[in-house]
Amino acid sequence: MTMVLNHPGIADAEPNADALKRRGSRERRALASLTLPGAILIFLVLILPIGWLFWLSFFGPSGEATLENYARMLKPIYVRTFISTFEVAGLVTLVCVLLGYPVAYLLSQLSERTAGLLMIFVVLPFWTSVLVRTYAWLVLLQRTGLVNTWLIDAGVISTPLPLVHNMLGTVIGMVHVMLPFLILPLYASMRAIDPVYMRAAANCGATPSQAFRQVFLPMSLPGLTAGIALVFVLCLGFFVTPALLGGGRVAMWAMQIANNISVYGNWGAASALGVVLLVVTAIILYAFKRLFRVDTFEGVR
Amino acid sequence: MPGRVEIRNIKKAYGSFLALDDVSLDIAPGEFLTLLGPSGSGKTTLLNVLAGFVRPDSGSITIDGAEFLLLPPHKRNLGMVFQNYALFPHMSVRRNVGYPLRLRGVSGAELDRRVEEALGLVQMAHLADRGVNALSGGQRQRVALARAIVFEPSILLMDEPLSALDKKLREHMQLELKRLHDRLGTTTVYVTHDQREALTLSDRIAVVNGGKIVQLGTPDEIYDRPKNKFVADFIGETRFLPVETSTSGALLYGRPLRTRDDWKDGDSDKPWLVIRPERLRWKGDETETANRIEAEATDVIYQGDSYLITVRMPDGIELDLRRGPDLGGKDLPERGQPIQLWLDREHTILVADKS
Repeated sequence: MTMVLNHPGIADAEPNADALKRRGSRERRALASLTLPGAILIFLVLILPIGWLFWLSFFGPSGEATLENYARMLKPIYVRTFISTFEVAGLVTLVCVLLGYPVAYLLSQLSERTAGLLMIFVVLPFWTSVLVRTYAWLVLLQRTGLVNTWLIDAGVISTPLPLVHNMLGTVIGMVHVMLPFLILPLYASMRAIDPVYMRAAANCGATPSQAFRQVFLPMSLPGLTAGIALVFVLCLGFFVTPALLGGGRVAMWAMQIANNISVYGNWGAASALGVVLLVVTAIILYAFKRLFRVDTFEGVR
Repeated sequence: MPGRVEIRNIKKAYGSFLALDDVSLDIAPGEFLTLLGPSGSGKTTLLNVLAGFVRPDSGSITIDGAEFLLLPPHKRNLGMVFQNYALFPHMSVRRNVGYPLRLRGVSGAELDRRVEEALGLVQMAHLADRGVNALSGGQRQRVALARAIVFEPSILLMDEPLSALDKKLREHMQLELKRLHDRLGTTTVYVTHDQREALTLSDRIAVVNGGKIVQLGTPDEIYDRPKNKFVADFIGETRFLPVETSTSGALLYGRPLRTRDDWKDGDSDKPWLVIRPERLRWKGDETETANRIEAEATDVIYQGDSYLITVRMPDGIELDLRRGPDLGGKDLPERGQPIQLWLDREHTILVADKS
């Protein structure tokens, strides 16, 4: 009855309006407060360190404010590393697509049960550390490793193949780590494609391969682009596997960051490299979103 | 006229479950035939066998005399409207409708002309360049229909195409489907579980249950002369009264019952009288004793377009009686009042449990 009290003599045209409004906003505040623990955590372990990184990148080794950390990146060695990072990431992503798409397609066409069982083999690598898997590849691929020994014993080759400590070994190891990141979102999006669309395509007169190319493939693109973006971005910052399997022949951006800290102790320079990687990654993700409008098919002709 | 379908002895089992139990059916060219049945009856399976999505265990289907069953779906040249339309979300309305034509090598001005024509038939030409996600349910339904007829298939299949629409739109689309069929004359096989829809649209209805066609006939045959209790129950708001039968005739609560057809051998195996709310007459001569039902009114409900009156028989069975808003000079009964009802001879049908 606040209205009546506030406006004595005026008939209460909207009974309880104020009280109901207050209840509503109190309820919204209570709900919003649920995000508080998460928001605090994100601020402490993400926003704050990144801000600090950004701040550090504007100081030289002796603590003077400078833009030198960014200017250095125009040196040929950094430009080369930058390009090679993108080459490796692109190549790994491409191989992942070629290997992962058929697997995801197969899984999506099986019964949920069978697919669930086979999915164990896809996610199995997740249960082992990247370091252990990378050393395992070293054991398999090195000059006297299992693969070379078998091939020589079988008489296929006479001298060992250079399978590791180069680009090939790096790509093999990275693909192994990255494949689940491509298959999982792709599989999820393929599962969501109602089989009735393939029936409809067949009914329209499409052969199975036409139906796949013209209906299934375009409909699986949102999942595919999500997987590609994920793998590509993870590759850009990948350190352990290229460092161990590249044998110094493959230069990745993350390895330059590590060098700047462990060899030169130059936190400012390393921070600047980190900031550039972060900005480039953000630009790529944004470009992907714009280019492939993954959220909607509308208006496509 | 092309479009003659002969379905012969189609059998399909899923494990021990017989989805189609030796189904045979002839469909005349240009006919609108509805497969009507409850879910799990096999009606959709039969449609999918026609479309080529379900491989039967045995049987034969010929279209205009040519064996059809061994063709893959994409070579069958059938138009189909799916239950949820199955419009391709990555294509515009125009591209969806043009898709079957492009697969048939039609292009350029010819493609545009035929797409326009098909969209015009379903009154969707003005939305040709929309994405399908921007359409309402009724609009999607029209586009799906345009895609199914654009390549002039000899046979059109429809799998509960109106079931996702609300009642008002559904009734409107029924009328449009009927007009379109009259105009195109394409042989149509239509699947539905909605008996009113089947009665509205069909030239003939095949009532399907347990993987078999239990009755095949025109809508009035199906409604007025159901062959067994299942058909009578499935169509209309049907209630049943038990009758005592002998070799000479039937008795309803001890009174003689005059049935539509003259009494014949075998009728004594039909112990159920079919009662439909709109067939019960409540005005009559008190001296008319045959086909008279004496009951007690239990509920009188105003439903806008009619009154629904529920009555209870002495043995506790309840019947419904429907009266239009014009009561014909007779007062509505009060609850608990005795009421006399008559069933005209032409509407007095007895059915067996099975036949």
